[in-house]
Amino acid sequence: MKQFISFVKKEFHHIFRDLRTMFILLAMPVAQIIIFGFALTNEVKNSKVAILDNSKDAATISIIEQIEASRYFEVEKSIHSAKDIESIFKQGKVKLAVVFPQHFNEDLQHFNKAQVQLIADASDPNVANTLTNYASAIIMDYQNRITHDRKMPYTIVPEMRMLYNPELKGAYNFVPGVMAMVLLLVCTMMTAITIVREKEMGTMEVTLVSPMKPFRIVMAKAVPYFLLSSVNITSILLLSVYVLDVPINGSLVLLVGESLLFTLVSLSLGLLISSKAESQQTAMFISLVGMFLPTVMLSGFMFPVENMPLPLRTVSNIVPAKWYYTIVRSVMIKGVGLHAVWKETLVLTGMLVFFLGLAIKNFKIRLA
Amino acid sequence: MSSVVVNNIIKTYGKKKEVTALHGVSFDVKQGELFGIIGPDGAGKTSLFRILTTLLLADEGTATVDGFDVVKDFKAIRKRVGYMPGRFSLYQDLTVQENLEFFATVFNTTIEENYDLVKEIYSQIEPFKDRRAGKLSGGMKQKLALSCALIHRPSVLFLDEPTTGVDAVSRKEFWEMLKRLKEQGITILVSTPYMDEAGLCDRVALMQSGKILSIDTPQGIVSTFGKKLLAAKSANMLQLLNDLKQCTQVEDAYPFGEYHHVVIKNDGKKELTQFLEQKGYAYELKETAPNIEDCFMQLMKQ
Repeated sequence: MKQFISFVKKEFHHIFRDLRTMFILLAMPVAQIIIFGFALTNEVKNSKVAILDNSKDAATISIIEQIEASRYFEVEKSIHSAKDIESIFKQGKVKLAVVFPQHFNEDLQHFNKAQVQLIADASDPNVANTLTNYASAIIMDYQNRITHDRKMPYTIVPEMRMLYNPELKGAYNFVPGVMAMVLLLVCTMMTAITIVREKEMGTMEVTLVSPMKPFRIVMAKAVPYFLLSSVNITSILLLSVYVLDVPINGSLVLLVGESLLFTLVSLSLGLLISSKAESQQTAMFISLVGMFLPTVMLSGFMFPVENMPLPLRTVSNIVPAKWYYTIVRSVMIKGVGLHAVWKETLVLTGMLVFFLGLAIKNFKIRLA
Repeated sequence: MSSVVVNNIIKTYGKKKEVTALHGVSFDVKQGELFGIIGPDGAGKTSLFRILTTLLLADEGTATVDGFDVVKDFKAIRKRVGYMPGRFSLYQDLTVQENLEFFATVFNTTIEENYDLVKEIYSQIEPFKDRRAGKLSGGMKQKLALSCALIHRPSVLFLDEPTTGVDAVSRKEFWEMLKRLKEQGITILVSTPYMDEAGLCDRVALMQSGKILSIDTPQGIVSTFGKKLLAAKSANMLQLLNDLKQCTQVEDAYPFGEYHHVVIKNDGKKELTQFLEQKGYAYELKETAPNIEDCFMQLMKQ
């Protein structure tokens, strides 16, 4: 046991004395959360709108005021001719143009019908869609207000409620994703690299010729990364709750427990990679291409798995992060208990047993 | 009693075993002996050391260290031997003291317990004990590596090219340390490409291309030379070498320091002198005693 502890202590020395490692291990998770939280977001906020108001009456002014008041839009400028619309879109700043025809209010009052045109820059279709929806909602809202006291013969009013994330915040989506990414990066990549480094530097050669059991040498190298992962889980959760206002709706114990399970899966993957890779570059390459990319692409964090073609959906099942991502989203955001995620938990446990078994089987007690 | 027994070890590399590093090597090392394995790069020294330290498996043949089989009893061997690989293999980002403490703990001992054994070596680097191992000079690195390999009082010490890349003074010091360790009863196997270090061993095995050419005491090896050896020198050394090779009495001629060494057939010195006189330039020719390198050159020719 004393030998094991001295190995772990030595490993901590390696980590704390290498600035780059320290940065990847501790600063990167925090940086990722902050960057995803404040910079990289697919939420639509303060989009620039151009207004062409040919009517300039009470109704159009009221609608424009409401557009301006909404947090989604910011009126960039008013234009005075239809010819200008094309040119302001080409400048690229404005994403949406609202065009009121002449006599808007008069038409509305006398013919009970008026038209407004929404022109969106659809070079990004999702943004264009979202913006026209928001703008339509504001216009509908105005219509509801003026028809409020009049009886309409038939009306269907859809009442929408966004469950679990009423404000449609992106953070609810990426916090679980970043957690999966960080744990994978720290546990799989860093662990694999640090073990392979010992092979490359020749220190493995010396430590193998010692009473220490070879597999314990490798386990001792994994322990610090496990502990640092726990630190990362804590800091990510604290940041998301207190900085990004993402609540933890479910049981904290369950969430941490599942995270530790995923940490162990990632560690066993790291051990497996290290038993196969001969150089640090190979270890890094396998971790990045084999683990990191699938996590980003196939876990459902960036792109919804449900919309993928069947082959990709099938492949996504062997990506551990997909299961972990589902668990975290369910527990953290929806607030469900173990009864709702037992299947995913079982899959992760199975993966842990499989990868760890494979890593032990592949482990070399000699140099070649 | 033999401390290390190597019996017909064959080692090949590559998927199709296309490279043969060791062609059936056999020897044994007595308890408490300082045994040298002398050979140029690529002779198979490192492969041999790795097989004996249980780090590689041989294709064929058997070997025991301290009576334990290198394959079956690898755990027992790993507990009792000290190994210093050819490349500096300590933790560069740990300090001198941290490295030594680490290896002491790993071998279930403490620095204090075996301090007397490493004292002489370690005391030389102790002033730098808080310096990172990666920042030490070549000679100091070797001393630290030796201290770490010794800290658990091994019964057999394997040193793979410990003096390669070390300055002349440190090399001399290093060999003196080995002599004193031998007095403590530790069996030492040391490999080196430097022929001049062979004379410092109790017995040496001369190795070339995976084969052992000869095993004997340094004196024994020198005594088998059996030919007359001359040393020749002139202003134009290249021309002299070419001329020497043309003389029928000369078996072999090769550069050796500031002289050329010339192996001549029995009593051919007179004819060689005449031969050189005809060339008409000033030269110096004297008899000299063969050393290990001369023997090595001779063995390689056979």
